[in-house]
Amino acid sequence: MNTHATVAAVPLARRRHRSARQLAPAIFLAPAVALLAMFLVYPLLQSFRLSLLEWNGLGENSVFVGLANWVSLAKDGLFWHALGNNLLLGLFSVLIQLPIAMALALLLDKAGRGSRTLKILYFLPLLFSSVALGVIFKNIYDPNFGPINAALNALGLPALAKDWLGDRSYALAAVTAVICWQNVPFYMILFLAGLASFPPDLREAATLDGASDATIFWKIKLPHLQGTVRTAAMLAVIGSLRYFDLIYVMTGGGPEGASELMATYMYRTVFSSFQLGYGSTVASAMFLVVTLIAAVGMRLTKRFETEV
Amino acid sequence: MSSIAKQQPKPLTRSVIWTLALGWLAVTLLPLAFVLFTSLKSQQDTFDSPVWALPTHIDWSHYASVLQSGFFTYLRNSLFVVGLSVLLIVIVSAMAAYALARLKFRFNKPLFALIVAGMIVPLHITLVPIYLMTKAIGLYDTPFALIGPYVATSLPVSIFILAEFMRQIPRELEEAAELDGCGPFTIFRRIFLPLSGPGVATVAIYNAIGLWNEFIFAYVLTSSPGNRTLPLALWDFQGEYSSNIPAMLAVVTLTSLPLIVAYAFGQERIVKGMMAGSLKG
Repeated sequence: MNTHATVAAVPLARRRHRSARQLAPAIFLAPAVALLAMFLVYPLLQSFRLSLLEWNGLGENSVFVGLANWVSLAKDGLFWHALGNNLLLGLFSVLIQLPIAMALALLLDKAGRGSRTLKILYFLPLLFSSVALGVIFKNIYDPNFGPINAALNALGLPALAKDWLGDRSYALAAVTAVICWQNVPFYMILFLAGLASFPPDLREAATLDGASDATIFWKIKLPHLQGTVRTAAMLAVIGSLRYFDLIYVMTGGGPEGASELMATYMYRTVFSSFQLGYGSTVASAMFLVVTLIAAVGMRLTKRFETEV
Repeated sequence: MSSIAKQQPKPLTRSVIWTLALGWLAVTLLPLAFVLFTSLKSQQDTFDSPVWALPTHIDWSHYASVLQSGFFTYLRNSLFVVGLSVLLIVIVSAMAAYALARLKFRFNKPLFALIVAGMIVPLHITLVPIYLMTKAIGLYDTPFALIGPYVATSLPVSIFILAEFMRQIPRELEEAAELDGCGPFTIFRRIFLPLSGPGVATVAIYNAIGLWNEFIFAYVLTSSPGNRTLPLALWDFQGEYSSNIPAMLAVVTLTSLPLIVAYAFGQERIVKGMMAGSLKG
């Protein structure tokens, strides 16, 4: 039987269906691919192209400078300092948030009745925008009118009262504290979900064998949660590399760059110093750093996918 | 969870547990209480009495002045931008997810991998090119400027979640429909879209909350108060009320209220949606 005969034998409606079937993937994917190409792929490539220019962003006076911006970036102490701050933020996010979150998850797991209400209230900070949190904590840290210094003075500890956001030595720590305050409940819920999947008979068997709560935690529960903990650590680190809003609102990266991050440095370079070319170099470098760390992190956590 | 397997902790352990749990509750709630109470104080009150003192009388005047100075314009812009974006995200990502999860075509797997890789792109890299593009096409300083970037940047995670969801829909349903002569479009509309309800809800909630609080694109792509969204209300009022702490905190309360009200009605869904979205993203 030749193909012509086959086509002729298929009723018209069927044939229309078949061509619709062949075109279907393209039709279903077209809107998504078009949007991604326009707002993700093109800007990504464009950013690398802009990184080769010297341009103030106004008019047609851009100059192609090749890799000059990348050479400057490699020698730019401010950029490396910002990247260092991002990494410090990531490190302290992991070291502070995860243990507190784990402790709270264990508490809630044991608390039984009433823990639902606690869980609901703990989650509240995650609903606030970074801008709102920035404004809230700027007032809380305020050296003259803020409750922290007021409390320290009232307790007779005026020496401990500081200009939290205005002092180079405390600005980054003060901002990190806010980030931890907001994100602890996220990891707590993640760990709670992990604990809920913990087989109760395993625990019972261990208790019958005379194991203490501490032993059960370190020897049984923590290994059981290993995958979840790795996922949490990766999320915290990657999140820290991208931070912008909160820092921008609270300190603007200051004082004197003490809390500068890659994203705030990029923003300042483009929109305050009007160096679009160099700002794009910073943005592109940030992309490379985040992609590299995320790729490594995903490889490490891939085998431990967790469900909530 | 079986309550028999879990023995009740001893009374001493119980009280330690509750002390610590309530301690963190205080850490969580005190800053929020500070915002609420201070926003209800008169400005004189904030100078005369200690910060932790309750307001001597409830002063609504800051709320009144904020509500009268353009707050509703920001709210309207937020509702419009987030509403339209989420609608488009759901439609576009469901279509793409269906094709990637169920249709056979040549570059299915590599395309899926490429889209999923889009989740790790830090959005800041797209900021300057999108800013230049928005200016070039004349959308700068309009609410429409935000829709494209918002939808596109939400697609990778949304497609990922929905594709995962659609892969679990039994093939038999699809095969039965095919035997009845249904094409892929009917199958998508009649079977996959309705059965993906919970996945769609997760995608909608996660993106709605993220975009509702989005700052940097809104900050860069719009400039006049009439075209800006709620997170920018905070920023704009900050200039106006720089020395008026209660008024500023009234702005914080008002801008945060919509999500808190939504949370009061659907905690479970919101927690689940936010957790699922962030874990995939």
